[in-house]
Amino acid sequence: MSFLESYAYYVGAFGLILIGLLVILVKRNLIKIIIGLSILDTGVNLFLISVGYLASGTAPIFSREGIDSGSMVDPVPQALVLTAIVIGVAVLALALGLAVRLYQNYGTLDMRKIKELKW
Amino acid sequence: MRIFLSLVVLAVIAVGIGKTLMEIPFGEDTTNVGGYYIQSGRDDTGAANIVTSVVVGYRAFDTLGEVTVLFVAAVGLGAVLAVGSASGRRRDVEPASLVLYTGCRFLFPLILLFGAYIFIHGHLTPGGGFQGGAIVASAFLLVYLGCRGRRIRHGWSKATESLGGLVFVGLGLLGLTAAGHFFLSNYLPKGTVNHLFSAGIIPIIYVAIGFKVGAELAGVIDDLVEESE
Repeated sequence: MSFLESYAYYVGAFGLILIGLLVILVKRNLIKIIIGLSILDTGVNLFLISVGYLASGTAPIFSREGIDSGSMVDPVPQALVLTAIVIGVAVLALALGLAVRLYQNYGTLDMRKIKELKW
Repeated sequence: MRIFLSLVVLAVIAVGIGKTLMEIPFGEDTTNVGGYYIQSGRDDTGAANIVTSVVVGYRAFDTLGEVTVLFVAAVGLGAVLAVGSASGRRRDVEPASLVLYTGCRFLFPLILLFGAYIFIHGHLTPGGGFQGGAIVASAFLLVYLGCRGRRIRHGWSKATESLGGLVFVGLGLLGLTAAGHFFLSNYLPKGTVNHLFSAGIIPIIYVAIGFKVGAELAGVIDDLVEESE
């Protein structure tokens, strides 16, 4: 198996994480930074899920009798991601609320023009 | 220069993470905790969905903390948007067309029903309180987008939210006193696996979480929509 074949999910997940980080570091528009945060969040969730993946595994649900419990994927990362997604939505909403408030105070979303946030 | 520096930082991170990840095999069984949950989750908690038995059974205290985080974020959003929001600058919005209005009113109870199905069957099928709550909130989002001018009543939303949280905490505290012996212990009869009335307190807690998350996310949507008008 080639490298990309066996690590495709890791590559994809960390691709998303790095893209999100790059957007956060480079962009100066607050809305775009929040979008970067959201992409980063998605990457982390995808990574956690893929850590728990089992090759040709099934969902960890005993929906009928006689399901082989040995072929189930790890339920712990799924439970973590389930909560992480909800927290991600809440953080996104809070960040957008702060962006709205900043726009009303400064009249711009450009970080360079918002003095306190310059780097 | 800035972009170059950022790329250097990212390259360092990528190399470090890449070296670590090569050691973690993909698609193989790497943990023991998950294996224990799968083996004995049905007997310990009575839920057919092992993810649910982890979220509301083994790690229910974590979930309580997470619900609190969600609550704090929703309250924070309300506080941030409420401070100094200019009143009286609300524009008159154009009313929606009859087709859109009727369609929204037709779909609204169906989406609510679907959300309720998702969180009532959280211990049997994929889904649960958080997912069902998000679906319930999406029904409110549809009404906000389609039937403009309609609002949820804040009293009802706050009451539902508080009731959901109180049921969660109250059931957990009962576990300390009544038949159980630790916070959020599963003291109700577990019943037969794969039946609707099984798994003790898990479905009750998930229904409470569903109501709470639905009301909270609907409140978040309400805050943001109110701000944009």
